[in-house]
Amino acid sequence: MADIASTDAPAAALAIGEVDDSTARLHRNLMIGIAIALVIAPFVAYPVFVMKVLCFALFALAFNLLLGYGGLLSFGHAAYFGMASYVSAYTAKHWGLTPELAILAGTGIAALLGLAFGALAIRRQGIYFAMITLALAQMAFFFSLQTPRFTGGEDGIQAVPRGKLLGLFSLADDRALYWLVAAVFMGGLLLIYRVIHSPFGQVCKAIRDNEPRAISLGYRASQYKLAVFVLSAGIAGLAGATKAIVFQLASLTDVHWSMSGEVVLMTLVGGLGTVFGPIVGAIVIVSMQNFLATLGAWVTVVQGVVFVICVLLFREGIVGMIAKWIKKPL
Amino acid sequence: MQLKTLLAATALGALMASPALAQQISVKAGVLNDRSGLYADLSGEGSVIAARLAVEDFKAADKGIKVEIVSADHQNKPDVGSTIARQWYDQDGVDLILDVPTSSVALAVNQITREKNKVHINSGAASSDLTGKACSPNTVHWTYDTYALAQGTGGAMTKAGGDSWFFLTADYAFGHALERDTSAVVTKAGGKVLGAVRTPFPGTDFSSFLLQAQASKAKVIGLANAGGDTINSIKQAGEFGIVAGGQKLAGLLVFATDVHALGLQTAQGLVLTESFYWDMNDQTRAWSERFAKLNGGKKPSMVQAGVYSGMLHYLKAVEAAKSKDSAAVMAKMKELPTDDPLFGKGTVRADGRKMHDMYLFEVKKPSESKAPWDYYKQVAVLKADEAFKPLAESECPLVKK
Repeated sequence: MADIASTDAPAAALAIGEVDDSTARLHRNLMIGIAIALVIAPFVAYPVFVMKVLCFALFALAFNLLLGYGGLLSFGHAAYFGMASYVSAYTAKHWGLTPELAILAGTGIAALLGLAFGALAIRRQGIYFAMITLALAQMAFFFSLQTPRFTGGEDGIQAVPRGKLLGLFSLADDRALYWLVAAVFMGGLLLIYRVIHSPFGQVCKAIRDNEPRAISLGYRASQYKLAVFVLSAGIAGLAGATKAIVFQLASLTDVHWSMSGEVVLMTLVGGLGTVFGPIVGAIVIVSMQNFLATLGAWVTVVQGVVFVICVLLFREGIVGMIAKWIKKPL
Repeated sequence: MQLKTLLAATALGALMASPALAQQISVKAGVLNDRSGLYADLSGEGSVIAARLAVEDFKAADKGIKVEIVSADHQNKPDVGSTIARQWYDQDGVDLILDVPTSSVALAVNQITREKNKVHINSGAASSDLTGKACSPNTVHWTYDTYALAQGTGGAMTKAGGDSWFFLTADYAFGHALERDTSAVVTKAGGKVLGAVRTPFPGTDFSSFLLQAQASKAKVIGLANAGGDTINSIKQAGEFGIVAGGQKLAGLLVFATDVHALGLQTAQGLVLTESFYWDMNDQTRAWSERFAKLNGGKKPSMVQAGVYSGMLHYLKAVEAAKSKDSAAVMAKMKELPTDDPLFGKGTVRADGRKMHDMYLFEVKKPSESKAPWDYYKQVAVLKADEAFKPLAESECPLVKK
């Protein structure tokens, strides 16, 4: 990232310098590869499992946008993920909203929550920032615990109808729902990719690398930080709202702080600050939880060991390692 | 990969077996519970052992029923539990899911089972909604529920002389529900509720609340909480000498495994309700002996006993229906009386509630306990129709009124 720090040119120029043609081509091919994989996946693997992976991958992508490209470690991302899943489940079940509207409602609420929490949290940096986000997320958790009328308390909101997309297409079949989830995921991924490589994303990276310098160049750092925070919260909300429709339930697990921890783990295992890393991280962690479920108590042990190995052997994460190897950003 | 091979093998096996043995029915049962967290002791691997014992005792193989048992850990997370349940039903050919502690996961599995038209026999969860608002033609709730616990501990305790109560209530919906239900029972039985205090959930320090409870001079302190909160509040009550001071502690959701973990020194004098205790009669002792040998010396909890009893009754219903069709099996399960060495005779009601007696126990003093796991003395017996919610008051849409 030294090239950013050493350039005084405005953001647009940075964008051109960052991604050369061959990298852009590689990224385009990867995107096409992901799209093809999405089409094949439900025929190879169990669709509900793939949908779960996609929801968590989108969640991790949102988190990575904030930490990897904004340099802000939020330890409370479960709040946006979980609140969005509650709103989406509640509106779909009690107001009879169609799934796409329920998902949008959840996303909107998460973005609003992100705006409120972000405005408070970005006033501090480093560990204090992380602690404030954690504290606010705990408030969201206790709100969920204490308002059984809205959230169903510890039973959660159960039996959420999957409904009909746009009031026309029934999503009761797993395959039908899968295409919606795949589209949401792909849309989220492309949006994040676009944001990272836009002038806005370049400025965020500049602020991440050297905030005083970015400020001295005339950028309003706190506005950029807030914007990326809201964006990240909104996309995390999109993932949570979609998950509520997939599993037909929203529960305290989604707002619990351990969910915030899990998303950090996914991002680190996959590769922090890489576009595609969080997807790989989500696949690894969710598969581990799923296929090792029969091992019982050993799941957490295995998870811990994987984490330790990751931190010791390849600190850049799986995708980070590959990127270093092929000498191109991924 | 392994899953598919397994599935293919089962399918192939079924194909090859069916022409040769027309009677052969193969059943796949999934034991879904907590194998790593808070409830691993009271359900966990022990429930799988219990299910295996049921298959063994039923002599399924001799009756042309092939039974395979799989198990998984739902980590007390509804989304993990519901993914496993869906995958079991859709891909792995599982016919029934057993156990499932933790109400949120149980309600999710209940919903999926209904959607996929399979069978769910719940032993581990407490929520009385499973046979109330959320009742389903595909679910049987076997071992206990919050209503029965409130009736047992609240009602029987009040009749036994503990007629003034003070509640220590975990401040969330489940705690409030326990307090509300138990208060109603206590008042109905002629007792008085002197007060209640809400404790933060989850809590670690209960000292000030316990002092309030002590100062209330109530004869019984009701613990309307669960899991770690219960353990902590019992431990601290011991330190304050509450039981030694003449007040009784009543646990509204405590299991034999919790008492084992606490030790008699701490838990002595605690009053609680369960539907099964290993040391009730010769049959339960003999079975528990077998169980303990397989379970590293640990005696069964009522949840594990419920898994055994539920599995046994399911197999009987399959035998009687000569098929594993969910509707036919459920009809047989509700039609046939239940009978097993652990819970004795009983029935399964139209709303899916399994009916049996409940027992009020008091934890022994260390000096009264003669052997390891010798923990309880029986205080009162509640007949099944007093213990469980009458059908006339049921909120279940399946009940015709």
